[in-house]
Amino acid sequence: MSKLVGTPVKRREDARLITGHGNFTDDVRLPGQAYAEILRSPHAHARILSIDTTAAQAMPGVVKVYTGQDLAGRVGTVPTAWIPPASDLKQVPHAVLAVETVRYVGDGVAMVVADDPYIARDALDRIVVEYQTLPAVTDQREAMAEGAPQLHADAPGNVALHWTVGNDTDEVFAQAEVVVRQEFRQQRLIPNPMEPRAATAQYLSATDELTVWLTTQNPHIHRLLLSGILGIPEHRLRVIAVDVGGGFGSKIACYPDEVLVAYAARDLNRPVKWTEDRREHFMATTHGRDHYEEVELAGSRDGVLQGIRVKSYANMGAYLSTAGPGVPTILFGLIVNGAYRMPVASSEVFGVFTNTTPTDAYRGAGRPEATYIIERMVDLFAQTIGQDPLEVRRRNLLRADEFPYTNPFGLAYDSGNYHAALDQALTMVDYPAFRQEQAALRAQGQYVGIGFSTYVEMCGLGPSQVAGAVGFQGGLWESATVRVHPSGKVQVFTGASPHGQGEETTFSQLVADQLGIPIDDVDIVHGDTARVAMGWGTYGSRTMVVGGAAISTAVDRVIEKARRIAAHMLEVSPEDVVFEDGVFHPEGVLDRQATFAEVTIQAYLAWNLPQGVEPSLEASAYYDPTNFTYPFGTHIAQVSVDADTGEVRVTKYVAVDDCGPVVNPMIVEGQVHGGIVQGIGQALYEGAVYDDDGQLVTGSFMDYTMPRARFFPQIETAHTVTPSPHNPIGVKGVGETGTIASTPAVVNAVMDALSGFGIQHLDMPLTPEKVWRAMQQVQDEQ
Amino acid sequence: MNNQDTVQVTMTVNGRTRVEQVEPRLLLAHFLRDHLGLTGTHIGCDTSQCGACTVLLDGQAVKSCTVLAVQADHQAVTTVEGLGQRGGLHPVQQAFWDKHGLQCGFCTPGVMMTAVGLLQQNPTPTSEEIREGLDGVICRCTGYETIVRAVAEAAAVMAGEAGPSAAAANE
Ligand code: FES
Ligand code: FES
Repeated sequence: MSKLVGTPVKRREDARLITGHGNFTDDVRLPGQAYAEILRSPHAHARILSIDTTAAQAMPGVVKVYTGQDLAGRVGTVPTAWIPPASDLKQVPHAVLAVETVRYVGDGVAMVVADDPYIARDALDRIVVEYQTLPAVTDQREAMAEGAPQLHADAPGNVALHWTVGNDTDEVFAQAEVVVRQEFRQQRLIPNPMEPRAATAQYLSATDELTVWLTTQNPHIHRLLLSGILGIPEHRLRVIAVDVGGGFGSKIACYPDEVLVAYAARDLNRPVKWTEDRREHFMATTHGRDHYEEVELAGSRDGVLQGIRVKSYANMGAYLSTAGPGVPTILFGLIVNGAYRMPVASSEVFGVFTNTTPTDAYRGAGRPEATYIIERMVDLFAQTIGQDPLEVRRRNLLRADEFPYTNPFGLAYDSGNYHAALDQALTMVDYPAFRQEQAALRAQGQYVGIGFSTYVEMCGLGPSQVAGAVGFQGGLWESATVRVHPSGKVQVFTGASPHGQGEETTFSQLVADQLGIPIDDVDIVHGDTARVAMGWGTYGSRTMVVGGAAISTAVDRVIEKARRIAAHMLEVSPEDVVFEDGVFHPEGVLDRQATFAEVTIQAYLAWNLPQGVEPSLEASAYYDPTNFTYPFGTHIAQVSVDADTGEVRVTKYVAVDDCGPVVNPMIVEGQVHGGIVQGIGQALYEGAVYDDDGQLVTGSFMDYTMPRARFFPQIETAHTVTPSPHNPIGVKGVGETGTIASTPAVVNAVMDALSGFGIQHLDMPLTPEKVWRAMQQVQDEQ
Repeated sequence: MNNQDTVQVTMTVNGRTRVEQVEPRLLLAHFLRDHLGLTGTHIGCDTSQCGACTVLLDGQAVKSCTVLAVQADHQAVTTVEGLGQRGGLHPVQQAFWDKHGLQCGFCTPGVMMTAVGLLQQNPTPTSEEIREGLDGVICRCTGYETIVRAVAEAAAVMAGEAGPSAAAANE
C-alpha cells in the first residue's frame, strides 16, 4: 500500500521558492507600514546615565522613539521557558529595552519607528546615550572567579544555574586501570540562518486584534510568550510564520525586539516592520555552544569503558534565553556516555552569566557538545591503551541485542544496531589501505588522517510529563487536524512549523499513502496560530517524529469514521470492511466497494449516516510521544593537513545514519548534507570571538568564516533502518544527526593526522594558524 | 521619503520599463524589493558576502546590495521573477527543483542567479569549477552538494544533453 513513503518525491515547497514567490517575513508589505530600527549598546557592560532622543524625534519622517523608561510598566520582561530541576536557576529579568544597565554588545537601548527604513536608520545616529562603562567579563570561568564583574545582583558569582546528574562514579574511577583526562573548549557559534530575523506587526483597533508575522520556528510558543509579555489576550493575538529562511535553533527564542515591534504596532495603530541586518544578527540573535568541559574517562587496559564524568561550564550570555538553560543541562548532560555501554556516569554543569549575547539552541543543541566529548575521549582512550580507535568502538558500542538500553542517566535508548551502521560505513572506505597509505605519506612528510564518530543522539522529546520533569515550561506533544473536504480533498493542519525541512512534502507523502489518494489532493497548513490548533513547533528533530505521528494518528481516526460510514453504505458491519488503496470494501469482496471520495461526500450530505455518527469528515490528534527516539550512525572523515600552512582539507566524507524508515530519501540526504557541513563548520572554520572588552570581534561574514562550497568534497551517504518502537511511524529524526556526528569525526581525523607529532588535542576551530602553530611548536621543541 | 533629494531612474526590469524617483543612496536590492515589490531578491548580509541578492544587470550576475539603484539607470535587470515562472522555468530553476538544490529557499534566488552567471562564463563546468564559482554565495541549509548537482544538471540540459528525465520533469 505504501507508494510514496520511501520515494524521492520532489518538494512542493519549491515551486514558489524557485520563482521568487516565497513569502518571508520581510516580504510582507502592509499599507502604511512604518519601519523600526533598534539602537543597540556598543558596550558590553555599562550604566545608562541618560538618553536624549530629542534630535531623533525631531527628524522629519520619524514617527516615535522609544526607550526603556518609556516602556517600563507597560511591557513585561522576557522570561526563560526552561528551568532545569534542582538547578537553583536565577530568573533574571530581560527588559525589552535596557533601563539602567546594558549587559552585552547588542542589548537594546532604544527603538526608532519611522516612515522609511533609511530614515529610521539615520535617526539612530541622532540618539545620544551617555554611558558609564563598567568592567566586563565574557569568559564563563573568569566570570565565576573571585572579583569578577557581577552582572545581576540576584546571581552571585554570575552563576545562573548549577545542575548535577548521574550516579556515584568515585569507586569506579578509583579502581580503574586507566583514567584519561582532557579539557575541551567548545567554541561559541553563530547560527546565521540566511534569512535574518524579522517581525511585522499589524493592529486592527476595530477588532482589537494584533497580528505578528514572525521569523519563528514555533508560532504558538511565540504567541503564548508575547501574550504574557504584552498583556494581550491570546485569542486577540495571531502569529504567522509563512516561509522562514532557516532557523537552526536561533528562531526558537522569544526576543525583545519582536516584543517591541508588536507593542509599537498597537501603540501607533499602524503596521510596523523590523528586519535585522546581518550585523545585528551577529550580536542580537542567540548564539550556540560555548562550553568548557573537564572530562574523565575510566576503562580497563584491554579496552573496556567503565565510566565517564564531566564537569561543564556553559556560557549563558547576559540573560537566559527561552530554551537556553535546557541546552547545556538536559540536552547535554544526560547523554555524555554516547553510544557506549557505560556502567557509571555523571555530569555537573555550571551555567554562567557573562557580558555576551545570550546562548540558546543551535542545531543539535547540547547533543553535539556531548557527542564531541565522548567521541574525542574514546579516541584519546584508544591512544592511551595503544589500541585502534575502531577496535575500542567495536568493543564498547552497544550491541543490537542490548536494546532497550537504559543508560547511566536513566534514558531508555529505543532500538539500534550500531555495529551494522559501523560495518556499512567501513564498506565505503578502505581502512587498511588508508592506514598503509598514511604511513607511506608520513614518511614523505605528508599528513593524512581518518576519524570516526559512532554517535547516538536523542530526538522527539516527550512525553510531556517528562518535559515537565526536566523543567521545560511547555508540553512536547504535537497537534494535527486532518480535514477532508466534501470533494475528498484533504487539508492537514500541523502544529509543527517546518522552515526548510520539507514537511509540506513529506507529511503529504504520509497522508496520501495512508488514505490512498493522490499527493496533489493533500495540502499541509502550518505556521499560523489562527488556522492551526496549539502546537509546539519545529526543533530538536521532532517534526516528523512527533508531528508526523500526530498526523498519522489523525488520519487513522478519519479512516475509522469513514469505515463506519462505508460499512453502512455497503450494508456490512464495520469490522468486516477493509480499506485498501483508497477504497473500502467488505473483506474478500471486491465488487462491492466505496471509494474514499464517495464516503466523504456521504459524510457531508449526512442524508443517511449510521446511528451515532456525526456529519463531516475530520479528525484531530494531540500526539504525546511515549518516549524519546535515538537516531545513530557512523561517520568517517578523511583529512589531509598541509604541513607548510596547517590547512586542513576534508578529502572524503562518509555518513551512515539510521533515522528509522526514510520517508523521502532525497530530503533526508539533504538534511544530512546540510548538517554535516554545519558540523564541519564548527570543527574547522567557525568561532565567535569576543575581545577583553566584550566587543564581538567576529561580527560579520568578513570575520566569521561560514562554510562555503569549495571547502568540501562530495559527501557520501547511506542508511541503515532500525525503526523506533517509540512512535507509530518508526522514525527517529534526522535534522541534527549530521551536525552532531561530523564535528568529532573531523577533529578525530585531524588529530589522527597529527598523531606523529605527539599532539594530544587541539581545540576547535582547527584553523590553519592553530594547526600550523601546534606543528611548529612540536618541531621547535624537537 | 524626502522628495527634494530624489533622482529619477529608468530601468528595464524583467523586460518591463520602470521609471521611479529614488534617493541617490538607495541600494538596487532595496529598489527592487521596496519600490517594485519584487521580493524574490533577498538580502542576507550587509558586507556583500552572501550572494542572496544576486541579480543580472545587463546580463552580468551582480550583488544588488552593492549596486546603487542610480548606477543601474538605463540598464536591464533580471531578477528571479524574470528568470522563469511555472510553465516556463529556466533550466537552472528546473534543475534546482529536480536535484533538491534548496531547503529553506532563502539563498536560492541569489544562488540560482549566480549559477546562471557562472554557466554563461563556463557552460561546461566540472564540479570543482562549480564549487569555485559558488564562492560568492552562502547557503546554510544544503551543504552545497545538491546545489552543485543542480548546477551540473542545468549545464547538461542547457548544453542539450538533457536526459529524458530532466526534460520530462519540466512542469
Ligand atoms: S545581501 Fe548582497 S551579498 Fe549578501
Ligand atoms: S536553502 Fe536555506 S540558505 Fe540555502
